[in-house]
Amino acid sequence: MKKNLLLAAALCAALVLPALPTAAQAQTSVKVVMHAPLRVLDPIFTNAYVTRNHGYLVFDTLFSLDNEGKPQPQMVDSYKLSADKLTYTFKLRSGLKFHDGSPVTSEDVIASITRWAARDGLGTRLLATTEKMTAVDASTFTLQLKKPYGLVLDSLAKPGSPVPFIMPKRLASTSPNEAITEMVGSGPYKFVQGDFQPGVKATYLKFADYVPRKEPAANFSGGKVVTIDRLEVVNIADGQTAVNALRNGEIDFIENVAPDLLEQLVGVKNVKAEPKSRETNMYTLRMNWLQPPFENVKVRRAAMAALYQLDYLDASIGDPKRYRVCGAVLSCGSPYKTDDGAPQVHKPDLAKAKQMLKESGYKGEKVVVLHSTDVRSLVNIAPITAQALRSIGMNVDMQAMDFTTLLARRTKKDPVDKGGWSIFQSSLATVDLINPVANPNLDGRGEIGYAGWTKDDTMEALRDQFATETEPAKRADIAKAIQKRSYDEVMYVPLGEVIEYKAYTPKIGKLVDAQLPLFWSSK
Amino acid sequence: MLSLVLKRLVAAIPVVLIVATVVFLLLRMAPGDPARVIAGDMASEETIAQIRTNLGLDRPLPVQYGIAMGSLVKGDLGTSIVSKQPVASLIAARIGPTAALALTSLLLTVLIAIPLGVLSAWWHRRTFDRLTMALTVLAFSVPAFVVGYVLILLFSVTLNWFPVQGYAPLTDGVGRFLYQLVLPSLTLATVFVALITRITRASMLDVLGEDFVRTARAKGAPERYVLFRHALRNAAAPIVTVVGVAITTLISGVVVTETIFNIPGVGSLIVDAVLARDYPVVQGTILFFSFIYVFVNLAIDLIYVLLDPRIRY
Repeated sequence: MKKNLLLAAALCAALVLPALPTAAQAQTSVKVVMHAPLRVLDPIFTNAYVTRNHGYLVFDTLFSLDNEGKPQPQMVDSYKLSADKLTYTFKLRSGLKFHDGSPVTSEDVIASITRWAARDGLGTRLLATTEKMTAVDASTFTLQLKKPYGLVLDSLAKPGSPVPFIMPKRLASTSPNEAITEMVGSGPYKFVQGDFQPGVKATYLKFADYVPRKEPAANFSGGKVVTIDRLEVVNIADGQTAVNALRNGEIDFIENVAPDLLEQLVGVKNVKAEPKSRETNMYTLRMNWLQPPFENVKVRRAAMAALYQLDYLDASIGDPKRYRVCGAVLSCGSPYKTDDGAPQVHKPDLAKAKQMLKESGYKGEKVVVLHSTDVRSLVNIAPITAQALRSIGMNVDMQAMDFTTLLARRTKKDPVDKGGWSIFQSSLATVDLINPVANPNLDGRGEIGYAGWTKDDTMEALRDQFATETEPAKRADIAKAIQKRSYDEVMYVPLGEVIEYKAYTPKIGKLVDAQLPLFWSSK
Repeated sequence: MLSLVLKRLVAAIPVVLIVATVVFLLLRMAPGDPARVIAGDMASEETIAQIRTNLGLDRPLPVQYGIAMGSLVKGDLGTSIVSKQPVASLIAARIGPTAALALTSLLLTVLIAIPLGVLSAWWHRRTFDRLTMALTVLAFSVPAFVVGYVLILLFSVTLNWFPVQGYAPLTDGVGRFLYQLVLPSLTLATVFVALITRITRASMLDVLGEDFVRTARAKGAPERYVLFRHALRNAAAPIVTVVGVAITTLISGVVVTETIFNIPGVGSLIVDAVLARDYPVVQGTILFFSFIYVFVNLAIDLIYVLLDPRIRY
């Protein structure tokens, strides 16, 4: 009997022991957890942030922003602007290759820019001012403008979704309204197509033929020196599970650690949690200008006067180290940041707000606040808005729904009693807000623009001036005017910036300090 | 027996069609737009409209229904409108982890619950019985996510005996496969152990009071023989019914366990698909589950016949 037991134990041990985790994994193979599951691969087809991050691994850009937010050549070796400021000539770096081994050519670049421009606001403006793009030879191309335009390089270096990534012409020729599923880029990582499981995992291998620039990495610009051989992006939907997995050494990097879980990583051996100094998100509030009561600017101003950023940030984040009060409509990551005209950064004078509402002509119309209940970062935002507006006497109806429903609901232009809405809140990456031409909240085109349908010809004129102005000092003046106009008309209300924390093990190495998670070295 | 199987399979066809129709209508009635989810938060209305056209979502509902049913009849579950991958291959890639988790949990449940139930009935109202019943109440009362997190905290984070998350397919080795499944299976099995222990106990108590058991004992049959040969066999029908129900409940219950332990199974596939309004994936997965339910129910009916020859259909 005893002998049998020993045999059984030995058999069990033989089965189980080989399975125990070994430390034999390669030093440069890492597993990372991003903020959302990757399902759509085409970074032009979708604006999803997780697809944008995937795009930065696989694709490269012609230009990229440096630490000061200035465009620097990335795939481009050199460029020149003609004396009449109408023709840019770009020369690609030598040795650029796609992951299928084919060289990157001017034809690929033109096809990629054309496809991107069809999906991007900044790109559409660029193409509208472009007379033509011409491939001079395999590595030289020109961009001829109809009139001088100040945002050519900024557009080509646009860091937010959709990013003007360069792909082979055969892929870039696909309609922008059809998703590309074959991932062939010329970026520092090669996508392992066969390993991809939508919503589960994606694998990337260091692209051996990638030639980084000589300059040190700075934000998105400079040399993309990869020290990781195999990068596996795994999805862990539950934040607590991700933290436990990091503590247990099963993963090496978490892009966003939930505020309430951060304490669990303090003092854990081989795990470092630190703020993403440059990478922030901003909470934003949009009102519906098509329907009462917010078609009335006086009501909008009264409502804004009742809001207080600290209430939102305390309710949603809690720890003051993890948020930043910021009234800049171009975000506090912008070189034009200012709190001028932003009432919500100060404690509100509710009596004054009530008086403003009384004088506005508000007749007690219902204010429908859309409340997203399944996006962790947004759960506590709508109730703060609802309470603030109730406190000055507004008739608030806060309606809870999942984010997918909210996205569909906010397209409805109908009155609130017919399925419409009055207010929604978002959390947007500040890289999408820093440029007034690309910032969706400053869209003044009315019904054809961003949800909320803010119609303001003055704002549109200011955005056009910003786009065409080439003098930095004059641009700064226009940015100031945009800030003032935005608050005068209440285009949107910035509700504060979130400083997110990432956590990682030493295996991940020293990554470049950028406005987005980029997996190349800071060296 | 064969005619029973055939009859049940034929009867399953309208069930599947009704399920497909109901799911189709429910999804279209639910608010939300997959084109908007795919395009992202800041996409223009024009872009979204073009994507809707490309996906065929702007067609009249009866046309969409006809296309969906036509594909189904041909055995085609469609293509994900989010990832552009065939629904069948998405399910195929995810069914392994879900099946493994469900089966190991079921095995664990049966191995623990039936002996516990039999012994509780045998030692009725004694300390073992009272303790078992108290534990089953506890197991019923604690939600699966609490059980999961407690097990992770204890056995993974503190003792470092088991991994926190993930799944290893059988191709990685039997040892690794089982090692990854220990904590998820325990988590999922907890409530079912409680349920089947109580059912087994109650069923055994009924049977142990029967005349044939008394006769067996009077004839001097050993107690072990009485319990497992006579009593358990006669108590088996209700236990099999509950185990059958447990299989179907296990499959739907894996969603929480898959989330806690980050197991890439069908549960998380369907949750993701619902949130993204990925109609073909939701439809395909629910249809797949309905096939499983039909199959499990048929299997239970066949087992009844084997256990009790008096049963006829």
